[in-house]
Amino acid sequence: MLKALVLLFLAWVCFLFYAGIGLFTSGFLLTRLELTNHSSCQELPGKGTLVGSGRGRRVVFMGDDTWEGLFPGAFSQAFFFPSFNVKDLHTVDNGILEHLYPTMDRDDWDLLIAHFLGVDHCGHKHGPHHPEMAKKLNQMDQMLQTLVEQLENDTLLVVAGDHGMTETGDHGGDSKPEVMAALFLYSPLPLFPGASLKDPEVVPQVNLVPTLALLLGLPIPFGNIGEVMVDLFSGEGDTQPLATALAQASAYHLNAQQVSRFLHAYSLAAQDLPPEELQHLQNLFSSASSEYEQLLDQLKTGEVREADIQALISQLRLFLRGARTACTETWARFRPARMIGGTILLASTCLLCLITSRLTSSPDFPFHCLLLRAVVWGLAGAVLLAGGLMAAGIGLEPSLLCAGSAATSLIAFLWALKSRESSSMTVFLPGPLPILVLLFLRSAALFSDSFVVAEAWAAPFLLRSLSLFLVAQLHWEGRLLVGVSTACLSSPTASLARREGPRALGLLVGLLLCVRLSILFHRCPEETPVCQSSPWLAPLATMAGGQAKNLWYGACLGTLGVLVLAVRFWLRRCGNLNSPAPPVLFVRWGLPLMALGTAAHWALASGTDEAPPRLQALVSGAVVGLPRAVLALAAIGLGLLLWQPVTVLVKTGASSSNHIIVPFVGPPASQADLDYVVPQIYRRMQEALRGKLARGGGQTPLALAAYGLGSVYSAAVVTALALLAFPLLLLHTERISLAFLILFLQSFLLLQLLATAVGTPAGSPGPFSVPWLAISAWALTATQTFYSTGHQPVFPAIHWNAAFVGFTEGHGSSPVLPALLVGANTFASHLLFSVGCPLLLLWPFVCEGQGSTKRKKTLASGTEVGGEKEEEPLMEMRLRDSPHHFNAALLQLGLKYLFILGVQVLACVLAASILRRHLMVWKVFAPKFIFEAVGFVVSSLGLLLGVALVMWVDRAVGSWFKQLILSQER
Amino acid sequence: MKDADIKRLFYVHIFCIVSIILTTFIPSFFLEDFSVLETHLTWLCICSMCVAIINVVLYLQVKPNPSSKRSSIFHKISRLLKSCVYFFISCLLFHAIIVLYGAPLIELMLETFLFAVILSTFTTLPCLCLLGPNIKAWLRVFTRNGATSIWDNSLQITTMSSVIGAWLGAFPIPLDWERPWQSGQRKGCSYEAGDHRIQAPSAGEKHRLYPVTFTTIWNNQRVTHQIFLALETGWLWCPLQITQPSHPPASFLKYTILT
Repeated sequence: MLKALVLLFLAWVCFLFYAGIGLFTSGFLLTRLELTNHSSCQELPGKGTLVGSGRGRRVVFMGDDTWEGLFPGAFSQAFFFPSFNVKDLHTVDNGILEHLYPTMDRDDWDLLIAHFLGVDHCGHKHGPHHPEMAKKLNQMDQMLQTLVEQLENDTLLVVAGDHGMTETGDHGGDSKPEVMAALFLYSPLPLFPGASLKDPEVVPQVNLVPTLALLLGLPIPFGNIGEVMVDLFSGEGDTQPLATALAQASAYHLNAQQVSRFLHAYSLAAQDLPPEELQHLQNLFSSASSEYEQLLDQLKTGEVREADIQALISQLRLFLRGARTACTETWARFRPARMIGGTILLASTCLLCLITSRLTSSPDFPFHCLLLRAVVWGLAGAVLLAGGLMAAGIGLEPSLLCAGSAATSLIAFLWALKSRESSSMTVFLPGPLPILVLLFLRSAALFSDSFVVAEAWAAPFLLRSLSLFLVAQLHWEGRLLVGVSTACLSSPTASLARREGPRALGLLVGLLLCVRLSILFHRCPEETPVCQSSPWLAPLATMAGGQAKNLWYGACLGTLGVLVLAVRFWLRRCGNLNSPAPPVLFVRWGLPLMALGTAAHWALASGTDEAPPRLQALVSGAVVGLPRAVLALAAIGLGLLLWQPVTVLVKTGASSSNHIIVPFVGPPASQADLDYVVPQIYRRMQEALRGKLARGGGQTPLALAAYGLGSVYSAAVVTALALLAFPLLLLHTERISLAFLILFLQSFLLLQLLATAVGTPAGSPGPFSVPWLAISAWALTATQTFYSTGHQPVFPAIHWNAAFVGFTEGHGSSPVLPALLVGANTFASHLLFSVGCPLLLLWPFVCEGQGSTKRKKTLASGTEVGGEKEEEPLMEMRLRDSPHHFNAALLQLGLKYLFILGVQVLACVLAASILRRHLMVWKVFAPKFIFEAVGFVVSSLGLLLGVALVMWVDRAVGSWFKQLILSQER
Repeated sequence: MKDADIKRLFYVHIFCIVSIILTTFIPSFFLEDFSVLETHLTWLCICSMCVAIINVVLYLQVKPNPSSKRSSIFHKISRLLKSCVYFFISCLLFHAIIVLYGAPLIELMLETFLFAVILSTFTTLPCLCLLGPNIKAWLRVFTRNGATSIWDNSLQITTMSSVIGAWLGAFPIPLDWERPWQSGQRKGCSYEAGDHRIQAPSAGEKHRLYPVTFTTIWNNQRVTHQIFLALETGWLWCPLQITQPSHPPASFLKYTILT
């Protein structure tokens, strides 16, 4: 009953957080969603587009097959080629080149659209500085040259790129190299007025549509808010400025009429344009129109000055630009009520985490009824709200419903808590002052765009400070170097304390080194000359040099080996590797197999192009199959772990009370040594014989040895983490495996350091709790690792290639699987660290065992201690001895972790809502909020999984004990 | 005895603060183009030298801890040599810590090392002057119950405030205030309204965290150090004032403040 409550409670708190985030998001991201809706109205088939309005004209299309879905039946003739596979550079381009020139020579078209994709795909696959890119660009150059030579006098050639690319060849963001693309216009007749090539005019992409429409003699599409490119309407060239100006004015006038019609229709449909702005624009348009009419009248009489026309043009231009600015400004609006609601919900959930984490330690706290009541209230609130919404005629919105139920259940819980114990409602501060300072710094930094961008440096900085502070505090309290001042080294405890000092310092230095090294994998939020991403983030396939490539590949192999060996070594050290349980077998054989699969996949993926053509099919099959095999292996391993999570080796009668004490190391060397050992062996044999005889006759209590029982929980968690890590490794590029190695090493050092600093809770059966300091350090490490595995909280920096690992041919239409793969890649560190969160609770107990074994070793090798019997360390069985405290500690751990993450999300939410008119909101704050929110969801799911795993192991250990007792009784 | 100690301590700190302030102004009379922000390396050198000299001279003058019985010339020289070695080692240690904290390894090595030197003059040098080259005594002083005299207390406060000040100095580094002492390589935002080129200043252009100029850190460290020094002397001065009329509760207050 109690055990299930921990999960249920955590899940409930997670739900409260989700509801808050959801409500805020529905008020905040409205803008972007609507903006995409609006901009899509420029592409509505048949209604708003050039192609759509070109019915009646003969449109020929060749290239990307996405157009087929966008404009079904719009083309008189079409050559579609499959375009989804980003790795395929040539299919589309060669297809177009095959059909382009024959079609050019024919005369049965008015508009020919050729959509080349090779350069874009090449950028994604190889980046802009690859020899392949040079080939591709040369091909395009040749195509253009041929085209220009073949062009006839009545044809206009428009070459436009729809986006640029970053230094890595990707796009999708709004940095300058991504947004800037070339527009090249060519006509065999001299058509354009002379313009300087040095400083070309910047033309928004929306301007292309009205220009081309007017040039083709088509009506301008309805939804257009662009402005015609005036240079293309230059009458008969430079010889007649008046005619040119007139042509331009009429083009502008047509354009303005269309925009005014659109504005009118839009303002009728949606009321979000400010009326005064609309009125102003209407006035501007009507005055310009009347002037135009006047001008036309004057033209009939024949007295028109060019200056008048120019004035009119500038007026029309003013109107067009004003309309565009008004539209783009209005389409950025928010719902403040929802944003405030979401923020309040998040804040109160954080508060709830804080209060409840303090209350869990009291033994008889009635969580059952409190939680049940809260859930029932929440459901009731949701039903009521749904009824109210239906009655009011507003559609059911899931985010509103969730928020309503969350708010009611939260209020019910807090109310019940207050009525039960009024004294406990005082606000508890999370931990000591340094943690408060840290939390404050962490959340205050999210309010400044500079600090958000610099978080990749700030998080490690804070982590280092925290660990340094930890050791400094240890020294300040005099626990680091006890033996120095007392100077009595004879007693074993003093010598132990003496060993503790250098050990803690060594751990600290190792941790600092790891954090420093992990910066080597830093990625810039944007590629600029000032900030260069680490070159190690690129996949090995893009590397040119063979030697360096092989060296790096060797390093990656070494990393894989070290990871596998480290897990095995750790389990052996804890004594869990001897168990015959299936998960251990999997660790012995399955993990190396997974490493092998990963290595083979990397080898093939980085050298696909170099494979001989005969083996091409095999290689491509293996590239698809290997990642799936590794994933399947990981799934099998997790299944085995869940099936039999108890990795304990039981031996009957193996334990003997007195060990053989040897005064030397290694094999006996001298006669004296032998004299010392042989009697002991003899005595041992005698005892064993006597025991056998006794068992034959009477009954003696049976001695049982269970190897690895003291670390049964942590062994399961470590195995699960290793199994999770391999598929995640596969989703990253090869060299990030080094960052993963650093990640594991660093978290191990951190755990050891924390266990040393916190001290083992030896002897105390009482409430276990993980200090705030440990949890903050863990959360900071998760953030730092997010950056050190080559991620950044901006959309252009997402590793899209992860979607194609194991699916080189693409995914078809379903977006779920690619989203999962990319999500797993992006939030790998969140997942790993939240699943590993229970280790924070378990590690001091594991270390207790190590400390005692070490102590025993020193005793055995050094002084002889007679009569003094060492107590066997209970390690994690201490937790089992007091199940209530164990559950309470797990719950408290989860709540504290959720609190720390929740405060970060809350700070992001506040920053995004307060600074929503900030210049950087769409560039820095909103992406940060989205990444943080999704990361929170992933973390909380991972936390639930981790806690569930520990509880599952606990249940299994319970049944294992029962079985053991039954079998012994028989 | 304690009151006299407090008085001496107060004068020592006053001298230190005055020397720091003077080093920012005096050299501009002798050196051309001297300013704290532009020629920060020179200033760092001068400042650390001055503070070091004043520290040594003052502590030798004041002599808070009467020297040990064996005061042969050989013993003194060996102590001096040992102190120099310790100081150098502490510089190296600080350098290593700063690099571990994210400073570039090869670029700006001189800046980093000077920063380590100045940090050592504020932390290690007083320790050397007060406690001598005796690591065990140092370690003892920096524990909760380790301070036995008012001098130890002052040592704790000054050292910690120096370290905290240096730590605080890292905070302005990512900010884009376009100050020359930040990193100097940041580009301004190209915000040309009224044209098509309405473009947000790109985040990547604005920020350059690497290489870190430690002038910033030092600036802040100096300021906070002074504040802490002032606070501390004020802290120590107050009970002195209170104890003049020598009321029993006041001396009790003094005792609690000092320990």
